[in-house]
Amino acid sequence: MNAWLVQHLKAFTWALRRLAAAPVNSLLSLLAIGIALALPAGGQMLLGNALQFVGGSGNHTATPQISLFLALDADRKTADGIAARLKNLANAKEVRFVSREEALKRMQANEGLADVIAALPKNPFPDAFVVEPRDESPAATESMREEISHWAKVEHVQLDSAWVRRLDAMLKLGRIGVAMLTLLLGLGLVAITFTTIRLQVLAQRAEIEVSRLLGAAESFIRRPFYYFGALQGLAGGAVAWLIVSAMTAVLAGPVADLAQLYNASVTLMPLATSDALLLLLLAGSLGWLGAALSLGQHSQN
Amino acid sequence: MIRFEHVARRYPPGIDALADVSFEVASGEMVLLGGHSGAGKTTLLKLLAAIERPTSGTVLVNGQNVGALKRAAIPYLRRKLGLVFQDQKLLFDRNAFENVMLPLAIAGFSPKESAKRVRAALDKVGLLAREKALPIALSGGEQQRLAIARAVVGRPGILLADEPTAHLDPDTAKDVAAIFHDFHQVGVTVLIATYDDALFAAGASQRLRLSHGRLS
Repeated sequence: MNAWLVQHLKAFTWALRRLAAAPVNSLLSLLAIGIALALPAGGQMLLGNALQFVGGSGNHTATPQISLFLALDADRKTADGIAARLKNLANAKEVRFVSREEALKRMQANEGLADVIAALPKNPFPDAFVVEPRDESPAATESMREEISHWAKVEHVQLDSAWVRRLDAMLKLGRIGVAMLTLLLGLGLVAITFTTIRLQVLAQRAEIEVSRLLGAAESFIRRPFYYFGALQGLAGGAVAWLIVSAMTAVLAGPVADLAQLYNASVTLMPLATSDALLLLLLAGSLGWLGAALSLGQHSQN
Repeated sequence: MIRFEHVARRYPPGIDALADVSFEVASGEMVLLGGHSGAGKTTLLKLLAAIERPTSGTVLVNGQNVGALKRAAIPYLRRKLGLVFQDQKLLFDRNAFENVMLPLAIAGFSPKESAKRVRAALDKVGLLAREKALPIALSGGEQQRLAIARAVVGRPGILLADEPTAHLDPDTAKDVAAIFHDFHQVGVTVLIATYDDALFAAGASQRLRLSHGRLS
């Protein structure tokens, strides 16, 4: 083993020993860091589940759709004509026809509505089309809606993008919230590390002084404290991960029950592995940063 | 090997700890530095190890201008020196072996090589049997010998000692003095600040006497 590796290994084991030397203090620091990081990590977990629930991955949770309903007296030939015109539209990516019979069948399948529909003298549903636009921007979809609404026998055109936009806005808010929590509590982690490193340096004052007199370079003196800060951050991140995992496990049952009442099936997923690794990486580097700031401050005094 | 040229060290507010000090020590010499308490002996040793810098003049060690060394270069100077401090500066939460190990750990020796050297140094000062003892469990003379072992474990060319026999009874002091003579015998340059010239007189090639910061 070369000398460089030996020195790093020594600094690392020293840091581990220091953490173990005061178990109560270490545990409290780890808990403080863990709880601080569990907030943004938990937020990220909930956000991930919300995305999962609305059925998309990433930004495109749902594409806007245009629904158009024909007049009740429009016959199948008119519908075919309109289908052809829709397919010719430059901005139409996909056109799906929902016949009045199909609409009736779908509504009958819904328990609450079956009785109501059975009481009706005739099928109240019109033929309908669902169009997915190629260009999803609000301006393009809106102009498409405007154009279609002037066609003959088209009774009503509806742009189903309002809820998408609302959902997007909510998710965006959630993301900003998580980012803000991460920033604030990350700063908290740096502050906690700053203080614990300062205390460690004070506790090791005699050793630091003697080491300097015996020819220790500044890097030799600082190295163990860097390891200490990074290790403490990393362990705190692991605690946060544990907290979020426990939270997921506890909430999974009640969430599933709640979803059941809305006829939906939802499984609460734990924090994604990539997010968890990011959490650990972030916690470790912020601990290192706190140590660096603390040591910088110390050498100035 | 060591050269002082018109060295002065002034502490605020205008107290001259050293003034116009010039002398030279050749390689392999054993030099005694005498003088009453407060005459500037400790300050002189501190200038040699770059613990302090001269206010004026030049301090040369191995041809290197110690007073002008960059901060980052100072550790490498100190590794070439063996320092025995007046207050010993042992670490009381580490045993004898670990105290002597420290300079080697700092210099980056492998654990195996270090252990060999540490045992050799402890053997030299007669403390091999007590390597597991904490400094608090050692007598005053043993603590002083431990401090010497730590100073020489890195096999320095120059050994600097500040009152190494203060607070020791005459017999113990004689033992400690003998250890310094041994190192001088094997070619180490030794500079000892002491009020007890007679104890070290045997091998001394030069005696410097400080009085109020000046050589007399």
